[in-house]
Amino acid sequence: MAVEKFKVEAGHITLFARSVGDANEIYYDEDYAKTTEPGSMIAPPTFVQASAQFDPDYFLRPRIGERWFGSGAKPSGSNAPASDEGGGGGGGGGGGGTGLHAEQHYEYHRQLKPGDVLSATSKPGKTWEREGRRAGKLKFSESITEYHDQDGELVITARSVGVQTERVVEQ
Amino acid sequence: MALKASELNKGDSHEEVVVSDLSRTQIVQYAGASGDYNPLHSDEVFAKEVGGYPTVFAHGMLSMGLTGTMLTNYVGDGRLTKYGVRFSRQVFPGDTLTASATVEEVREEGGEHFVDLTISTHNQNGDEVVNGSATARVDP
Repeated sequence: MAVEKFKVEAGHITLFARSVGDANEIYYDEDYAKTTEPGSMIAPPTFVQASAQFDPDYFLRPRIGERWFGSGAKPSGSNAPASDEGGGGGGGGGGGGTGLHAEQHYEYHRQLKPGDVLSATSKPGKTWEREGRRAGKLKFSESITEYHDQDGELVITARSVGVQTERVVEQ
Repeated sequence: MALKASELNKGDSHEEVVVSDLSRTQIVQYAGASGDYNPLHSDEVFAKEVGGYPTVFAHGMLSMGLTGTMLTNYVGDGRLTKYGVRFSRQVFPGDTLTASATVEEVREEGGEHFVDLTISTHNQNGDEVVNGSATARVDP
């Protein structure tokens, strides 16, 4: 994943907080946020995942003028894509196996605030395999993403692990 | 309210129900906010007929986000320095999740105080869906 410009916006923070069921007023009300220790609105701890919105090549978002692989007239609009290199969610099915998100780790160097403009660069980490109990052979791949702010300071380091399963996970 | 190192002990814990009867709509809401529109999470036809799953399921990151709400409620605003999880089981519509943080260690580093926590989230059947760890800055 490479994102050149991820503008951290107050409204987006509010929408994100709602989606994770977080009622903390610091994500909703700028006046209230001024009375808190951080002194302004901040972002919830997993907010940077929404940088996907600003990745021009993110394949898990329908793109204007292109066929989407989810259902329309048919269950799938195209062949299932490959794994997303551990960057986030996972690929579609096809052949029963699935790309899934296995782990996610964040290190916060400072809190994100509305007005920050982040850039993100990712590099691949380790890869490994093991035999799973419920999904056959599992292929893991790690990706390290560094988020820098408008001053070039490192604000968040993220480590994501994706897994490609041999077959659908048994429930 | 920030936690105080002097009042924390190994084994102390905080627990919250972070979602009850998870709706497909909340999963869609998360897709819209996060930008991850993988149809496995919101498209029942695709999830069943192409993915081979019984129905749609939540983004792992939604489980982490829900769990994070418990965590920041416990440690206070802007106090988290590390948060990491492993997704151990998928979360499906109808699930009720209970998230907990347990104190592993209270320590001092460079004149600042920190608490290391283990994180665990279970569904209504008692199965763990998320486990991990976190570190937060605390008051003396």
